[in-house]
Amino acid sequence: MLAYIGRRLLATIPVMAVVAVFVFMMLRLASGDPAAIIAGNAATAQDVIDIRQKLGLDRPIVTQFFIWLGHVLTGDFGESFFYKKQVAEIIADRAGPTLALAACTLGLSVLIAVPLGVVAAYRHGTWLDRVVMGFSVLGFSVPVFVVGYALIYLFAIRLNWLPVQGYQPLADGVAGFFARLILPSLTLSVIYIALIARITRTSVLEVLGEDYIRTARAKGLSNRVVLMRHALRNAAVPIVTVIGIGVTLLIGGVVVTESVFSIPGLGRLTVDAVLARDYPTVQAVILLFSLAYVLINLLVDVAYTLLDPRIRY
Amino acid sequence: MEALTEPAPIDAVAPPILTMAAGRRLLRNPGVAVGAAILAVILLLGLAAPWLGTVDPVAINPSVRNKLPGFEEIVRNDDGSKTTIVHRMGTDTLGRDVYSRTLYGARVSMLVGTAVAAISVAIGLGIGLTAGYVRWLDGPVMRLMDGLMAIPAILLAIALVSLWTAGIAAVIVAIVIPEIPRVVRLVRAIVLSVREEPYVEAAISVGTPTLPLIIRHILPNTLPPLIVQATYIVASAILVEAILSFLGVGIPPETPTWGNIMAEGRALFRIFPHNILYPGIFLALTVLAVNMLGDGLRDTLDLRMKLRRV
Repeated sequence: MLAYIGRRLLATIPVMAVVAVFVFMMLRLASGDPAAIIAGNAATAQDVIDIRQKLGLDRPIVTQFFIWLGHVLTGDFGESFFYKKQVAEIIADRAGPTLALAACTLGLSVLIAVPLGVVAAYRHGTWLDRVVMGFSVLGFSVPVFVVGYALIYLFAIRLNWLPVQGYQPLADGVAGFFARLILPSLTLSVIYIALIARITRTSVLEVLGEDYIRTARAKGLSNRVVLMRHALRNAAVPIVTVIGIGVTLLIGGVVVTESVFSIPGLGRLTVDAVLARDYPTVQAVILLFSLAYVLINLLVDVAYTLLDPRIRY
Repeated sequence: MEALTEPAPIDAVAPPILTMAAGRRLLRNPGVAVGAAILAVILLLGLAAPWLGTVDPVAINPSVRNKLPGFEEIVRNDDGSKTTIVHRMGTDTLGRDVYSRTLYGARVSMLVGTAVAAISVAIGLGIGLTAGYVRWLDGPVMRLMDGLMAIPAILLAIALVSLWTAGIAAVIVAIVIPEIPRVVRLVRAIVLSVREEPYVEAAISVGTPTLPLIIRHILPNTLPPLIVQATYIVASAILVEAILSFLGVGIPPETPTWGNIMAEGRALFRIFPHNILYPGIFLALTVLAVNMLGDGLRDTLDLRMKLRRV
């Protein structure tokens, strides 16, 4: 098991290396002198020369890459020319809201989607199944920001139940924290719920046709026990896989949702950085989100063995 | 949704996709019929926009800023007569007609959706066939694709558009690049399973050169799954384009696109929700139609669903 985790960790290195090369090349693909871009609009000619020397931009491109990689691996993403602060520092400031939003969304999605999927599979072919599946296709089709504004309109403007936008740290009060997090999480979870509910249904439906389900029923076990302990448990692997794959949707959604709800997180930071052509920040955010995606999927692979003892590495 | 296209065993011989029977089966599928019908209507609305009572979608008119849907603007003509222009969907903060912008916006969405699908399928097909057939290229190419796939698609597109001058071409390329690895993986999986088939071995044994072999015996197997994949790419490309425009990093804001109209409506959303409501409905309906079409095609072309369905 440990050897397997070790091997999988090693396998993430080439993937992250490709990401790193791509992120590094970004600055070179942009039109213009990288040193001038990093220095920003207000830089003097001397600043540009200083940066060129400091980052080794006058050296061959392969050397440049390794100099840059060395900095990045020690957590030095350079200085954001927009915020005039170390990028690492900005990211540390912005990570909290995004983590809160992601965690809340993930919890909400699983809590809603898995029961929906199980019920749809159990009652498959009925109107309930069709409603759940219809919602699933709809959830894929309605863009995140449309959902966000619809929810704001309904709950914040019309009904006045919740604040419209913004974010409040947990330290400033639990009620305010959750009141501001409910709508964004709900918005973001729509597509995730659609994805998880659909795969849960398919997966449970497949398992429900197995002999051991009939045996369990014949033993006189209640429907609930059969569904939860026999069906869902065995259907868990594809569900967990899709939760892992869906992290890309979550990350893409975070960028949009944080913009709609004015949440000062990493997603909002990404958009601001792109609009300001703040490349060091854009690079750092892409590396970080990709790493998060890769690590979460590693975690998912490891989780297989816990969910399905038949899987051995 | 395309994330779910795991390499699944696929029938060696491609189901006949262009026969009469297949055509009838396609139209009998409610998803295909309804999806295609909705798309046809939206495409027609976009193409026929100039004749559907629209005004210039980029014309700024300060005298009718922020009007609610149904507002009647009375324009005095040079000869003293009056013409009434009804702003069916209201106007935005610059006095542009939201109805006109929404209809013209359909053009951009359709263009971006189909262009992205066509280009990414073409490139992905080329790379996938090569990777699946030329053994020593397989490893490096797939590692590259894994790396690209590790970057969340929207993030990658946002980062790419930041490198170039904003415009439709830049947006299309920025959405194509994250889609390519998904096509490559699909094509490669099919090639790997098909190349072991007896008829391919037979073709090799009688001395069929590689290129005709790939084109005649392998390529046809990739078409049905690719058609389905292409529809999903259309849906996701339309969404991503709208997201990019909405975030202000996509197509220049004066161009009427659904994302741009909504981006424009953000500031005054509390008082004038119509700027987000109408393009939002069009956008959601279009993507829904494409997804329905894709699901219908997948079921009709008989891909992996017969393996999945109980």
